Amino acid sequence: MSRSANNALLFAAMAVLLMLVGAMQSWNVALAILNMCLISAIMTLGVNIQWGYAGLFNAGVMGFTALGGLAAIVVSVAPVPAAWDAGGARAILGLLAGLATIAGGIWLWKKLPVPRTARIWLTALLAVSGYGLMRLILDPAVDAIEAVEPAMTGFLGGFGLPIMFSWIVGGVFAAIVAWAIGKVALGLRSDYLAIATLGISEIIIYFLKNEDWLTRGVKNVNGLPRPVPYEIDLQGALWLHDLAAWAGIPVVDASSLIVKLNYAALFLVVLIAIFWLSERALKSPWGRMMRAIRDNEIAAGAMGKNVTGRHLQVFVLGSAVIGLAGAMLATLDGQFTPASYQPLRFTFLVWVMVIVGGSGNNLGSILGGFVIWFFWIEAEPIGLALMNFLTSGMALDSPLRLHLLENAAHTRLMTMGLVLLLVLRFSPRGLIPEVKR
Amino acid sequence: MAGNKVLIDFLNALALIGNFVLVPGIAYGSQLALGALGVTMVYAVLRFSNFAHGETMSFGAMVTILVTWVLQARGIGLGPLPTALLALPIGMLATIGLCVATDRLVYRYYREKKAVPVTYLIVSVGVLFFLSGLIRFIIGPKDQVFADGQRFIMKARAFKEMTGLDQGLAIKTSQGVTVISAIVIVALLFWFLNRTRTGKSMRAYSDNEDLALLSGINPERVVLITWIITGALAAIAGTLYGLDKGYKPFTYLGLVLPIFASAIVGGVGNPLGAIAGGFVIAFSELLVTFAYKRVVGYLTPGDWVPDGLVQLLSTDYKLAVSFFILVIVLLIKPTGIFSGKTL
Repeated sequence: MSRSANNALLFAAMAVLLMLVGAMQSWNVALAILNMCLISAIMTLGVNIQWGYAGLFNAGVMGFTALGGLAAIVVSVAPVPAAWDAGGARAILGLLAGLATIAGGIWLWKKLPVPRTARIWLTALLAVSGYGLMRLILDPAVDAIEAVEPAMTGFLGGFGLPIMFSWIVGGVFAAIVAWAIGKVALGLRSDYLAIATLGISEIIIYFLKNEDWLTRGVKNVNGLPRPVPYEIDLQGALWLHDLAAWAGIPVVDASSLIVKLNYAALFLVVLIAIFWLSERALKSPWGRMMRAIRDNEIAAGAMGKNVTGRHLQVFVLGSAVIGLAGAMLATLDGQFTPASYQPLRFTFLVWVMVIVGGSGNNLGSILGGFVIWFFWIEAEPIGLALMNFLTSGMALDSPLRLHLLENAAHTRLMTMGLVLLLVLRFSPRGLIPEVKR
Repeated sequence: MAGNKVLIDFLNALALIGNFVLVPGIAYGSQLALGALGVTMVYAVLRFSNFAHGETMSFGAMVTILVTWVLQARGIGLGPLPTALLALPIGMLATIGLCVATDRLVYRYYREKKAVPVTYLIVSVGVLFFLSGLIRFIIGPKDQVFADGQRFIMKARAFKEMTGLDQGLAIKTSQGVTVISAIVIVALLFWFLNRTRTGKSMRAYSDNEDLALLSGINPERVVLITWIITGALAAIAGTLYGLDKGYKPFTYLGLVLPIFASAIVGGVGNPLGAIAGGFVIAFSELLVTFAYKRVVGYLTPGDWVPDGLVQLLSTDYKLAVSFFILVIVLLIKPTGIFSGKTL
């Protein structure tokens, strides 16, 4: 069977699975899974750019995703004028002081014509005093902002722009952080990048949880504006009533189906655009160079390629795609909940998607995103049903049975680990292997 | 009398720092050091960063907790010491079994294929995933209490009565147990690595694999012993951390970062560095997130106390401390304090 027929078959099987869920559970569930599959596919494309093209291990997917969520708040939420009056200007001044400290520190570190030890101490001195200055300016502003109706707002709000704009801003946020991390950790041993990204992603989450003046922290930001119509508005429209009557489903279901389809269409456009761009990049001389660097860094370096520079570039690009997906995720959820970002779900699951799908192949990454997300969601009902079946011989109130049923949900973590290990061992090239060019 | 007041204020400030920085720092540093030793051993011999080490620690702690419950139900205990110490050997055996089994089933294949380090890294993520699911499946995701015996070696009130100071200095039993076991374990480990034939062969293998093979050292045996040591260290570190801070399955994934930071700060692959790194990270974390308000109050003349907490960084950001130290080390001296890479 030819390669493209094989790929078409795999995607058709995925479609059949989603349709089965639609027919057996509900079409709303199927579309909800589809929307998350689309977002996961964009995340996997981002990771694939880093891993499949360049062999970089990014263990901080969660952080870049959350930065996308932050962008959604900053761009779309209406500004809170009272909070801006209370401490907006001062907060910005404080942040500027912080930025100036960083810039000054880098300048001292790079340019100061004194011996190394002196440079270290001077930079440290500047960093500490600059940090103190920033705190002196920022802290009162933060207190003032957080005191403004803490139950309702207590934060600066955003710029009140259309939320789809945040998809780009999310990419930019992620790219800036990725650049800083890459500057530090790239060019050293390969696992330093993994450890550094693991760290920064945790810190980003702590930051988002604790800086209430910016994100409301664990109080969450609910009701983000939507790029698609609201169900309640649709339910007032006559055409929807006609459509629902024609399809033979309740109007409420029909409205939420339409909303989900709208999201799916938006996400699909982004997915296709990113896929097309990634494929173009992979086939270009740039993609060839990236693969050359991935397969033999020393040889590529000897050919005059700037290995660390290219790595930095590809790392920033991939992280930007992840940030974009993160903003899309917050858009779909309609809320930003920093506590919901868990490394297993947002970092390591995306890795399972990439490896299972086929590292180095964009189509494979998309398929991996679909398949793994589908089973991540469906593993819960399947696992519970399986556990019910396995324990059906035991007494109804047997403690072992109750324990097994209660903890059945955690079997999906085990399953994902097992899937990853088995694929790595027996089919390391994944469902759709990289095309040898 | 004024001079006397100054002295007492100074002693009070010392007691305050001792209670909130010194004692917890020594205990936490020992836990990190034991964790980092496990990471460093795997790195030195198998040459990869084991992301699953946090979950391995959690697994060891879990088995120990389960055995502790059995012992507690039978009324077997150690008096003032926590029963978990009695259960720990079984936890260690189980974790050693787990490590050896993962090596046989998972890692050995890649060793034979001579896979690149980043492949091992992804494989260890698979192990991490599987273990975290297994642990939550067996013991559930919730907090577990298993500490028993006497809670304190020295209570804050006893210290106040003894010294007449206003500030108390408390030492928890778990902290004392942590430090003493860490000293014993580290002494044993160094004796093993430096004095025994097997230990020397491990160091040789870590230093120069090809040369070690030529001199007739059996690599599979070295790997096996490495996993045995790693498993034992992980179970001890996980249990001690759980005794001290309470056992919650999800915290162990968060421990991976400070542990890696400790190993890298000290020099990856260097056991001495892992210990030093553990204490560097632990004390930096506590010193940076400690609120100096009352210390400043004691050290300044009169009854003046600052309005703010005088805290460099909120405790929520303690993870950021290990990260920044890691970044600084990567920028200034990527090989760590004791230039690492060999055992």
